[in-house]
Amino acid sequence: MTTTALVFAAAVLGIGTFAFRFAGPVLRARVDVSPQLERTMAMAAIVLLAALVGTAALLDGQEFAGVARPAGIAVGGVLAWRKVPFVVVVIAAAGTAALLRLLGIP
Amino acid sequence: MRSTWRTLDRDLARDIALVCLADTIVGVSFGAIAVSLGLPFWLPMFLSVVVFAGAAQFMFIGIVAAGGNPIAAVVAGLLVNARHLPFGFAIGDVLGTGWLRRVVGSHLMIDESVAFALSQDEPRRRQAAYWVCGVALFGCWNLGVLAGAFGGTVVTNTDAFGLDAAFPAVLLALILPAMRDPATRRAAVAGVVIALATATFLPAGLPVLLALVGLLVGLRGLRTRQEVAA
Repeated sequence: MTTTALVFAAAVLGIGTFAFRFAGPVLRARVDVSPQLERTMAMAAIVLLAALVGTAALLDGQEFAGVARPAGIAVGGVLAWRKVPFVVVVIAAAGTAALLRLLGIP
Repeated sequence: MRSTWRTLDRDLARDIALVCLADTIVGVSFGAIAVSLGLPFWLPMFLSVVVFAGAAQFMFIGIVAAGGNPIAAVVAGLLVNARHLPFGFAIGDVLGTGWLRRVVGSHLMIDESVAFALSQDEPRRRQAAYWVCGVALFGCWNLGVLAGAFGGTVVTNTDAFGLDAAFPAVLLALILPAMRDPATRRAAVAGVVIALATATFLPAGLPVLLALVGLLVGLRGLRTRQEVAA
């Protein structure tokens, strides 16, 4: 691929991504948002993040991600539910996955 | 910005710093992988500044390095990034007013900054969490990519450190408090089921968007309860 084509493609991806990001804040500023709609939109963001967690935990592209990653995230999830500090949650999740891989469990 | 820093307490700053550290390491790996795939060293840096979204960037360089069509790489990246549209509706008010804040704040909209903002109850803390996370991650991510592109193949397998488990755990920890609300919990569970069921045959990005159908489950329960209450 030529340099020009690469720059152009990356720039289009950047501009398109910015358009997605910018549309929400701009539209919100123009309309009156009811408390009910406000709640629904916050719920939508949580649902999207939950779906990201779910798919990232279990899948690598379209295939099963293995055991180590979901196990690490599950450990993190349980600790977070028990209100363990965030730093411990994240390090425990990464540590569990890394340790399992070190033991030969993918 | 000084008031932003004062609003941010030490615990939150530490949490964001940890995510920055993890993000830097992934940035180093992104830069190194892009260069090792034979792509020019400026490409990962350019992408990180103008796109600033890890998953889409990895997807883009993967398709381009494999000799794929650049249009396909752009479409795949845009599909993965379409979730920022509903994110913007949800947290658009934390950016603040004025065009400069809206433009810069929009560019800093990533999963982590959105999740940190949503994890705060009070509007001022929401705003502080969003901006500090966004600015810090933009800096760390780009410095990491720069180091990786020039430093070469020091860190390419971030899975060995379990970082692939760390990022979902970060988001999970930040959204769990919201899950204490039953309607949100029902919607999220339904959304995850929909995303997982469709992820095996739909292109990346779409399953996560389809998860929004799960909102119907959460909202229907809400309406039923309101009717009962009425």
